[in-house]
Amino acid sequence: MIIPWITHRRWNTDNADDTDLETRTDHPPPSESPDLDAEMADTELYTASQWQLMWWKFRKHKLAVGASMVIFALYGLAVFCEFLAPYPLMYRDTAYAYAPPQRLHFFADDGFHPWPFVYRLRGERHPETLRKFYAEDTSQRYPLRLLVRGEPYRFWGLFQTDLHLLGVDPGGTLFLLGTDSMGRDMLSRIIYGARISLTIGLVGVTLSFILGLTIGVLSGYYGGWVDNLVQRAIEILRSFPSIPLWMALSAALPGSWSPLQIYMGITVVLSLIGWTGLARQVRGKILSLREEDFATAALLAGASKWRIMWRHLLPSFMSHIIVSITLAVPGMILGETALSFLGLGLRPPITSWGVLLKEAQNVQAVAFQPWLLTPVIFVILTVLAFNFMGDGLRDAADPYAR
Amino acid sequence: MSHLILHRLLWMIPTLLVISIISFAIIQLPPGDYLTSYISALEETGETVDAQEVEALRKRYNLDAPIYVQYVKWAGGLLHGDLGMSFEWNRPVKQLIGERILLTTIISVVTLLFTWAVAIPIGIYSAVKQYSWGDHLFTFVGFIGLATPNFLLALICMYIGYSVFGMSAGGLFSPEYQNAAWSVGKFTDLLSHLWIPVIVIGTAGTAGLIRVMRGNLLDELHKQYVMTARAKGVPRLKLLLKYPVRVALNPLISTVGWVLPGIVSGAVITAVVLGLPTTGPLLLRALMNQDMYLAGSMVMMLSTLTVIGTLISDLLLLWLDPRIRYEGRER
Repeated sequence: MIIPWITHRRWNTDNADDTDLETRTDHPPPSESPDLDAEMADTELYTASQWQLMWWKFRKHKLAVGASMVIFALYGLAVFCEFLAPYPLMYRDTAYAYAPPQRLHFFADDGFHPWPFVYRLRGERHPETLRKFYAEDTSQRYPLRLLVRGEPYRFWGLFQTDLHLLGVDPGGTLFLLGTDSMGRDMLSRIIYGARISLTIGLVGVTLSFILGLTIGVLSGYYGGWVDNLVQRAIEILRSFPSIPLWMALSAALPGSWSPLQIYMGITVVLSLIGWTGLARQVRGKILSLREEDFATAALLAGASKWRIMWRHLLPSFMSHIIVSITLAVPGMILGETALSFLGLGLRPPITSWGVLLKEAQNVQAVAFQPWLLTPVIFVILTVLAFNFMGDGLRDAADPYAR
Repeated sequence: MSHLILHRLLWMIPTLLVISIISFAIIQLPPGDYLTSYISALEETGETVDAQEVEALRKRYNLDAPIYVQYVKWAGGLLHGDLGMSFEWNRPVKQLIGERILLTTIISVVTLLFTWAVAIPIGIYSAVKQYSWGDHLFTFVGFIGLATPNFLLALICMYIGYSVFGMSAGGLFSPEYQNAAWSVGKFTDLLSHLWIPVIVIGTAGTAGLIRVMRGNLLDELHKQYVMTARAKGVPRLKLLLKYPVRVALNPLISTVGWVLPGIVSGAVITAVVLGLPTTGPLLLRALMNQDMYLAGSMVMMLSTLTVIGTLISDLLLLWLDPRIRYEGRER
């Protein structure tokens, strides 16, 4: 049984969403007359689905669109890291420990070169301090090459190949961001680290999203003792300060675990607190929405509680949920960095940005090997991009607001 | 009002009970106990450990008793204000925390004041002059501050302190005052070192607060009562400070409760990097070495402070904004 006006409920409630209405957003054919054009634009605006409106509004937020592209690029880095990194993760060349970033040159004695090249790197010892330092050997040039054959690796663990996006001819080195104490290329390690650092935020957020949504919806809709129990549990969980709780739980992960288990353990630890905020938000929304007319109407029309919850109530505030999870990702990335930095999070051989930064923990690093700090730039970039994108999404989440 | 406070105080009892159980459980989670990690540390250095001696130690520390017995002993001690003994330091937990709490409190309070002193005026300015040149600048700087991990700032500040001002890297005192008794000289020495941790710990908070302050104030400024008051001729500045700013301060007050646990956990990461003699690194060490009673009591203390802090900020909110009601609305 369908009561006709139920299908029009979006006009009464402002933000109910329904997939069957999305099919109506086909663009009207272009027309000649400007009057008619404006009218058509209006019609288009009024018949657009909520998601369509949100997309239009988001598109206007230039900074957020730019940030989304940055995020997209960073995740591209994470997905194709084996191919994009000049060296494989475990590759090391002890002859080049603590080598500073190599410069790409366009100019040489014989003038301008349209294609950049690097000079050969020569390690020397200072005659008095015996400190090792590197100099460029300007007699030997290695032009930067695209799609070169280099060190072999297994792409996605599936097949063996040795194709790298960037590289130089054999004999030369390409350390664009310098090397660490064992002569491993920082740029490659950062690119591999992106895979771990960026996914840990996503997996963590997904976990807290599932937990928060399910528990929040149940708590809000059933109320009574269920609600009471959940709210108390949340209160108790929230009264643990987050960093000490993270520290305590990560310290509790057994040292005998495999890297993958540790990784999963850390994401669970990180998402353990995250879901509480989300559950509260969801509960609050459900509490107010279930009193709305459209919820009552659905109930009268014979919809089950389950259907009302997931089909009618949930879509009305889905956009807000998406915003809060977007804004939760940077917190988790920073959390992982902090934990790994303290030595409580991921441990080598897993390479994440936090693990990389642990090596740059002292003042000597800042003074003598500042390039060891470059992972921080990626952390900052990621966090900023997520924040800007979240800002844009927040504005777009309520497309009916003026 | 008194009914509300009483109600909340009563709720604290079961909450704290559950918290103590969870704290204890978390501390017990890692396989083995302090002695096993102690023994493995000894063996790493090549020393042999006498099995009988280990058993004797285990008995002395009650580590052979079932877990619930250990819990009851520990929780019972907590009720008497006895936080237990630290294995590693072989001293009462209370003493260990006690000697670090003063400096930790000083740092936290100064940081809080710094955060507020910087964030509130900037937040107000940013909201009043929305989209001005200054607003964009502060927003940009604020976002950078939010996104920069604390330890990086700590490293950079330390480097600047070392290379520009010639300060000893890390710590809160110059070497000559390290073990000296409190004096005017030591105090000024402390002040000259304090700026690094205060800036480092305060930056993220300041940046966040500016965003919150700006957002809230913008919401308030567009409300009708502001226009009404302007129309009635209330001077701009007086109006601004008396009404919208007061309302916009609400979120600040609701987070002030978090300062209490912050005093004890004391920005662990920064403290570790800077080598500050505060409680944060103590907790970290205790967790890593499975120094059970020290870690457990500190986690317990932190949570208790959070619960109390939340209550305080709720009460402050009530006082600041009489419209807020916490009593449940019955439908």
